[in-house]
Amino acid sequence: MKLSRKWLQEFVDVGPVSDRDFAEAMTISGSKVEVTEDLGAEIKNVVVGRIDKMERHPDSDHMWVCQIDVGQDEPVQIVTGAWNIHEGDLVPVAKDNSWLPGGKHITRGNLRGVKSKGMLCSLKELNLDERDFPYAVIEAAALLNDYKPIDPEKPSIPKDVIPGYKIFGDVKAAFVTEVLPDGNGRFLVECDSGGRTHKIGTSCPNIHACDTVALDMTREHICTLADLHAEQREFPHCIPDGIFVLHEDCKPGDDIRPVIGADDHVVEFEITPNRPDCLSVIGLAREAAVTFGKPLQLHDPEVKGGAEGALPDLLDVETPDPDLCPRYTARMVRNVKIGPSPKWMRERLRSSGVRPINNIVDITNYVMLEYGQPMHAFDYRYVKGGKIVVRRARAGEELTTLDGNVRKLTPDMLVIADDTRAVGLAGVMGGLNSEIVGDTVDVVFESANFEGSCIRKTALALGMRTEASAKFEKGLDILNTLPAVNRACELVELLGAGEVVDGVIDILNYVPNPVTVKFEPEKMNRFLGVDIPEEDTRKTLAALGFGLEGDTITVPSWRSDVEHWSDIAEEAARFYGYNNIPNTLSAGLNERRGWNPVQQAENAAGALCRGMGYSEIITYSFISPACYDKINLPADSPLRNSMKILNPLGEDTSIMRTTTLPSMLEILARNCHYRNKAVRLYELGRTYFPKNDGSGMADEPKVLSLGAYGCGMDFFGMKGAVEAVLEGLRIEGFRFEAETANPSYHPGRCARVCRGERLLGTLGQIHPAVAENYGVDCELYAAELDFSALFEGMGGTPVYEPLPRFPAVTRDIALVCDKCLPVGKLEECICRGAKGLLKGVHLFDVYTGKGVPEGKKSVAFNLELRADDRSLTSQEADEDVKGILELLAKELDSVLR
Amino acid sequence: MKEQLEAIRKGALEAIAAAQETAGLEALRVKYLGKKGELTAVLKQMGGLSAELRPVMGQLANDVRASLETAIERQSGILSQKALEARLAAEAVDVTIPGKKPPMGHKHPMYSVLDEMKEIFLNMGFEIMDGPEIEQADYNFTKLNAPENHPSRDWTDTFYLTEDSSVLLRSQTSPMQIRAMEGYGVPIRMISAGRVYRKDEVDATHSPMFHQIEGLVVDKGITMADLKGTLNAVIREIYGPETVTRFRPHHFPFTEPSCEVDIQCYKCGGKGCPTCKGEGWIEILGAGMVHPKVLRGCGIDPEEYSGFAFGMGLERLALGRYKISDMRLIFENDIRFLEQF
Repeated sequence: MKLSRKWLQEFVDVGPVSDRDFAEAMTISGSKVEVTEDLGAEIKNVVVGRIDKMERHPDSDHMWVCQIDVGQDEPVQIVTGAWNIHEGDLVPVAKDNSWLPGGKHITRGNLRGVKSKGMLCSLKELNLDERDFPYAVIEAAALLNDYKPIDPEKPSIPKDVIPGYKIFGDVKAAFVTEVLPDGNGRFLVECDSGGRTHKIGTSCPNIHACDTVALDMTREHICTLADLHAEQREFPHCIPDGIFVLHEDCKPGDDIRPVIGADDHVVEFEITPNRPDCLSVIGLAREAAVTFGKPLQLHDPEVKGGAEGALPDLLDVETPDPDLCPRYTARMVRNVKIGPSPKWMRERLRSSGVRPINNIVDITNYVMLEYGQPMHAFDYRYVKGGKIVVRRARAGEELTTLDGNVRKLTPDMLVIADDTRAVGLAGVMGGLNSEIVGDTVDVVFESANFEGSCIRKTALALGMRTEASAKFEKGLDILNTLPAVNRACELVELLGAGEVVDGVIDILNYVPNPVTVKFEPEKMNRFLGVDIPEEDTRKTLAALGFGLEGDTITVPSWRSDVEHWSDIAEEAARFYGYNNIPNTLSAGLNERRGWNPVQQAENAAGALCRGMGYSEIITYSFISPACYDKINLPADSPLRNSMKILNPLGEDTSIMRTTTLPSMLEILARNCHYRNKAVRLYELGRTYFPKNDGSGMADEPKVLSLGAYGCGMDFFGMKGAVEAVLEGLRIEGFRFEAETANPSYHPGRCARVCRGERLLGTLGQIHPAVAENYGVDCELYAAELDFSALFEGMGGTPVYEPLPRFPAVTRDIALVCDKCLPVGKLEECICRGAKGLLKGVHLFDVYTGKGVPEGKKSVAFNLELRADDRSLTSQEADEDVKGILELLAKELDSVLR
Repeated sequence: MKEQLEAIRKGALEAIAAAQETAGLEALRVKYLGKKGELTAVLKQMGGLSAELRPVMGQLANDVRASLETAIERQSGILSQKALEARLAAEAVDVTIPGKKPPMGHKHPMYSVLDEMKEIFLNMGFEIMDGPEIEQADYNFTKLNAPENHPSRDWTDTFYLTEDSSVLLRSQTSPMQIRAMEGYGVPIRMISAGRVYRKDEVDATHSPMFHQIEGLVVDKGITMADLKGTLNAVIREIYGPETVTRFRPHHFPFTEPSCEVDIQCYKCGGKGCPTCKGEGWIEILGAGMVHPKVLRGCGIDPEEYSGFAFGMGLERLALGRYKISDMRLIFENDIRFLEQF
């Protein structure tokens, strides 16, 4: 919401407060200011000047040398290329060392040898356009002395055309002897058409004495380019552009900023959806009045009325869907004179970010901004049967809205219709078929209250959120429609734009009961932790428009957000100042506090990973369905049963992952593509599986995933990391088994890690084909560990085991066995074969090659044997080893090498 | 004989002092003091001496032996010291050669900030709660007093998993307020942090998935002053003890009164700069007193209990803390980025 401070001033005088202080105070009391803008901040040293004298430039065929009175003792000389000015004109003058919008710096200069101490400004140079000053539109006459033939060989008009030369039909060349401005934007041109003198009135401002014009003798009309069917390039200087000639109440030397309305300051607010009342000048004025402790000056619109006709005869309104249209208020204006609205109104609209269009349309916008009540004006001519029906659209009904788009409507939408067809989309946009146009005579002003969610859904469905719909969707004050429509009529009379018909059509389908809240100042103070005097709160509430009798607060109709004493507490607190509320710490501790066991385990797992050099990553929970193909999941894999986002940003983020592997592989691949050499990553992230209880909700188990490549990473590196995590979490009794069937992993380099029957996870080298799917040709390694399984497997507090007091005996054994026999089986067999003295088995070599028979391998272990109560003798140790070897030979056919 | 002994002494002491290697010294010991050594040879002549001379010569011979032994020992000490020095000199390394670092992983900067926040609240007696990311619209919106037509419910804003808009990806961590109150009753002092999802296209300041931290305190007699005291304490822990804060009214459906909290811009000190968009303040969190409707909806009597709640985005905090210019870096997980923290 953009607020003009000039406009605000009409309702409350906050005093000489800078924009910054104003913004701060309003923000602190609850109306957040986004930005403030001084509309004239960029304009410096630009004043009103009067052209005292103008002469043609001695050395140019198109420039003028002007002597300008800028309110100083001496006139200043300025050279301009514009042709639309005349002696006596008031114009904006950018003096030497002045600044214009866009940071343009103007200094003195020299134009073809003539000194120029500044510049005369066009509308555009002041950041304005014709809609701001409609009278500044320039229509250029075709000056024959400016004629440049398209083909130099074949000019349509001779170079030295003489007065009386026939151009075509009755159009002849005429030499201008004198031009007299009438001061109202028109000129009396005296010219000679070859012996005959004419005095012709024209609005073309680019004609001066000694010019040659094309004179239509029959019409007594000086021809424009259009009249001659000429192209712009044929008359390069006869253009619809030039200096902005001021028709304002000003004098030479005046600062240009107030003259063009650039002395306003605009404050842009962020209005929260609960406060649609603040989407208006009056709403914000009320907030400002309370914030600054100044009186709010409101004014009741007064309408004289008296136009011909009786409203009930002219207009009939029906609201067959009262739930969607709680109130419909309308008035009529006759004998409308469509034209530009006055400068002050255009300026305020412009400051509020609204484009001026014509007086009637501007009035509806002005009232919407001032009262926060969207208004609509439509041409009575096109209300067939003098009847307005506010009804649901018919299925398939179409309406061309003001923006020219054809809208297909549905019965969920509300339209304003006449007897036969829709003329507007209620609360969103008017129809093109009833638009206010230049020759509109009778106008209906609509000021209605529509049901918010209906308007919102309509605007959303049609993709046309307008200023009006944005207001309606928040729920507007039902009591505001009447003052607003009266204000519009008052403005019509003020502007002399038409005659208002007496009476109002006002259909009230819903009579609101005022909300009351009990006033409990002490309870409020306790709740806020403050000590605001009751009297202060009463004053604040009264100034905000709340009724207060005894301990009953009556909430004003525009404050539908207030319904409970906590809402009243907010009103009291925000004007007391949130920053004046003391800072206290609540007493009391809860039984549940600190990290819980799961969180402790998560922290521990993360610390273990980082301790091994793995860095933490964060990946998206949603993935592309194509990811499942990339990791080679078979078509019937249960992991493909993902929950789908029905309105995803894109296919790539459209399903909730059931596995973290694609996320990890994507990050590994990205690092690989960035040529990062050694990468170790982990993530403790969720996966998402549909719950089978019909709730639509998900199980969201966490997975600890590890990923790595480079710097010597191999299967055993990844396995070692997994072992370290498991041991770090004091998980006991886990084992690794070859996993050959996981399609994402290398079938010969993949393992399951289990504890009892419970699968803890999978790890290994990523299948080269999968790696290739990610565009990677190096070996990638990954592990996926089910975090809840890890948590359940965690051991408790460790119990001290006494350190050995007697030395151990070690024996190295090298076994020859079948090449396919897993080392794990040998180890397990060794442990079973021992007779209680074996304390450790350490693999130290696996060898195939020379000296070992084909199909066999040699596996070397270091055995550590020890008794807790004595030093072992060699014999004892050898005996144990012998038992081990016997079992190895018997069960696994493996013998000492 | 006396001359002989003195000559041995003199010759031997000179030789010992001149010895430069342990082996040479040992040879000298054998030469003089060994079984076949010179001194022994002289002593063997003692038998031929008179009874008066024998003790005198004996005394002298012991004296010589002692002085040689002392000299050898001393020289040996000198030599081993020298040898040690020589070895140390030979073993000297170039200390400017890079060290052999054990591998070291890094916590993600987002989670470093999050963990810091968690610690602050844990120290204030809070607990940490965790909840589902795939959430019911009821919890994400309705029970939080969000109106039926609230724009955040639109399919253009929130991700939905069911056609009837009943299940969604939570767009805020606030549903955890409801889950905490329903699940545990009062009193409550909890925070909950995690992933939230909104339909924002990825750019330097947006991501469809981001993180929030939510807090809730409900007990008898909790006041808005408690809200301010708690949040100010937390903000000063995060941003430093001199941080200036500003509480200003705002609107959230599930709190009343509601506020947003700004800190004075750390870059310009409040004068206004590009970091604070010229405002002098940077918004960091939203908060408020738990709405009586929300309490009642969770079976808590708002006339007896009151509470406050707050929520903040973590990405912005992390980005500001580490001067990270682009949110995409957070989710890109380039190891060169991660290793900086």
